[in-house]
Amino acid sequence: MTDQNNKPESLWPLYEVFLRPRNGLSHKHVGSLHAADDEMALQNARDVYTRRGEAMSIWVVPSKAIIASAPDERDSLIEPSTEERKPYRHPTFYDIPDEVGHM
Amino acid sequence: MYTQALSTERPAPASAVEDPALLARFQARIDAEERIEPMDWMPKAYRQTLIRQISQHAHSEIIGMQPEGNWLTRAPSLKRKLQLLAKIQDEGGHGLYLYSAAETLGVSREELVGQLLSGKAKYSSIFNYPTLSWADIGAIGWLVDGAAIMNQIPLCRCSYGPYARAMILICKEESFHQRQGYEIMMTLAKGTPKQKAMAQDALNRWWWPSVMMFGPSDKDSVHSDQAMRWKIKRFTNDALRQKFVDATVPQAHYLGLTIPDPDLTYDEASKHWITGPIDWDEFWRVVKGEGPCNKQRLETRRKVHDDGAWVREAAEAFAAKRRKAKRAAAA
Ligand SMILES: [Fe+2]
Ligand SMILES: [Fe+2]
Repeated sequence: MTDQNNKPESLWPLYEVFLRPRNGLSHKHVGSLHAADDEMALQNARDVYTRRGEAMSIWVVPSKAIIASAPDERDSLIEPSTEERKPYRHPTFYDIPDEVGHM
Repeated sequence: MYTQALSTERPAPASAVEDPALLARFQARIDAEERIEPMDWMPKAYRQTLIRQISQHAHSEIIGMQPEGNWLTRAPSLKRKLQLLAKIQDEGGHGLYLYSAAETLGVSREELVGQLLSGKAKYSSIFNYPTLSWADIGAIGWLVDGAAIMNQIPLCRCSYGPYARAMILICKEESFHQRQGYEIMMTLAKGTPKQKAMAQDALNRWWWPSVMMFGPSDKDSVHSDQAMRWKIKRFTNDALRQKFVDATVPQAHYLGLTIPDPDLTYDEASKHWITGPIDWDEFWRVVKGEGPCNKQRLETRRKVHDDGAWVREAAEAFAAKRRKAKRAAAA
């Protein structure tokens, strides 16, 4: 909300929050938040997204720093590498006789 | 929970001034169970419906902290106080996850909070009832969060990606809420006759409002159909309500408490508990602002927002100071 002394909260930059869980997987996007600066974004991320020890490490990234592919580029981006187009990139494409055993 | 008020407003017609080809492709994606993401094309009515539903949901989480906050300083033990504090913090977190999800649809946080503070936005009417005794904290966790879970689990598969993902985070936390509530009820129900009477009194007052949380009956619900086609909604209000009643009645029996419904019967054939008539007049009165606490909830929210102004101001001043120090160090 706006009042005279205070900038509206949404004028604070938006940050995307990523957590690396305990299980050794890489950081994963969990949501976003607003904060007055980077350090406070990190503190807010801890309070909002890790109330149960969800993270061994937290990343916050200004949302505007993310360079994203556009949805209408999806066909040219993904289609060339799908299993239908390039089945030979997948293990099941190759027939190995049962006698060879598990491979 | 918390999304019932959605059913009280008429939606924009889906086909109004939309390109039929885009609309058809959109519906095909929904039918194929693809998730719609913020940058994707979507019909205006889909966007509007979601902004309204997600923000009402967020407001409900935020307002929902008040009835429970009422007992925080009077919890019967330090253990109960810590548990309740943790639950209320979760609800605040839920509100924040949901505001972020709503913002991905192109609406600002400022606008959403403004709608709540001005009284323009709706939130779940359950939070307009007072918490008169400690047993109400048990009843809320058990019944209100229990009803919320019924409603929220299908929302984890909502067609809009950011909403569905926020619901997954939320559902992980709700189970604790319901169990802590039921445990409070169990302790009271097994306690002295006076404590058991407290538990029964809380059930008497919270039962019907909880049953009504699922919103108007399907035959009176204005736009279930479109929300179902868009897979914003997966089950009708009545279907979710029935699931809740079926799950909850045996839990009340286990506590040795009586559901305050003389017409409640078990239907052997359908294996469902059938409730007596629901007082929808009361529901609409509360939705329209005449519940016992509507005024108080909004006034408290406004006061808290104003009282917090200095915190936001201090955060900005501190950020500015830190920026200056960094610049000085770099120079
Ligand atoms: Fe919640
Ligand atoms: Fe909850």
